[in-house]
Amino acid sequence: MNAPDINLIPLLFASIFTSNILLANFLGMCSFISISKDMQSSNGLGMAVTLVLFMTSGLNWIVYHMVLVPLGLEYLRFIIFITVIASMVQITEMVIDRVSPKLYITLGIFLPLITVNCAILGVSLFLEIREYTFLQSLVYGLGSGLGWWLAIMLLAAIRKKVEKGPVPAALKGPGITVITIGFMAMAFIGFGGMLPVQ
Amino acid sequence: MSSAPAPGAMLRDNLWTNNPIFMQILGICSALAVTNLLTNTMIMTIAVVGVMGMTNLTVSLIKSFIPRKVRMMVQTLIIASYVIVVDIILRAYLPDISRALGPYVGLIITNCIIMGRAEAFAQQNPPLLSVWDGVTSAFGYMGVLLAIALIRELLGFGTLFGYQVMPEIFEPWIIMVMPPSAFFVLGIVIWIGKAIMEREGAPA
Repeated sequence: MNAPDINLIPLLFASIFTSNILLANFLGMCSFISISKDMQSSNGLGMAVTLVLFMTSGLNWIVYHMVLVPLGLEYLRFIIFITVIASMVQITEMVIDRVSPKLYITLGIFLPLITVNCAILGVSLFLEIREYTFLQSLVYGLGSGLGWWLAIMLLAAIRKKVEKGPVPAALKGPGITVITIGFMAMAFIGFGGMLPVQ
Repeated sequence: MSSAPAPGAMLRDNLWTNNPIFMQILGICSALAVTNLLTNTMIMTIAVVGVMGMTNLTVSLIKSFIPRKVRMMVQTLIIASYVIVVDIILRAYLPDISRALGPYVGLIITNCIIMGRAEAFAQQNPPLLSVWDGVTSAFGYMGVLLAIALIRELLGFGTLFGYQVMPEIFEPWIIMVMPPSAFFVLGIVIWIGKAIMEREGAPA
């Protein structure tokens, strides 16, 4: 794992497609499955996740490398990361409310949901384990957010069609959704060999 | 839940009829990724059992001191503290497994089941009953994940807990080791579970 050698552009594409945070790492599933019933909400949530991911990945990198490592407090990272994420979400909510009330109506209800979205914390933990540099962290955060957004929009569209199909009663709802996600994961991961970035 | 439910009924409820994975697919984020090997799944779910029991106990003990407005944050921090304890124990005694689990131990914090049970049950119930609720819910979760891991490891590597069980001529299914199969197997397990429930006449 020689992270400093990874180019930014392959990293961006890998985090959107082949190492999609959702389909390859299973992060952010809870809200993914419950929100993807509806296209419009999916879009709002996807946008909010991308925004928060981009900001927290940079911020958590700074906090980890500038504060926790010099003080030798690496073992506190879980608590610190989740606190940073929660406060970031709160601040974003207030700023958006002030700056653009119209955007707030679209994003507002999704922001509190994001604090407990595994994808956000997961990305921060991956940054630390893979020893990304600051720029790589930002790119990885942005790419993961875009990948998540793309995946939830695709799933919402597919679910609209699947709803009308003849699905066995016991498989309806979560069952068929999970299997659909499996097919999506195959399509995304299928190109893994082209971008060997982990 | 105004009157205290009976422990026996709770066990059945949490393990089967109200199983968090079957009914809402909650909390699979942190654990689905490690279901390609039984040993990892076992350790991971035991960690969840511990964290969940202790979180429910703590939340239930201090519930009257937490202002309602900040209770989510307090719950998250309680969970995070126990996860740190688990992480340090794993690093000390099982370093190989700790490395294999990678970031997923930390992600127990954002496991929706733990938060959900703390919020829905431990907030209103006495400490011992809350511990019981946490532990049984976690066992329900453990059961489903172990079933998935059993199928994936058996077909993907031909082994169980690392021991060869399939005959030599068995060709391992590579797909079972890769992420998509976790979704397929989970979907099929949910399907079977729900079909049995419907036959029993339980509200599905």
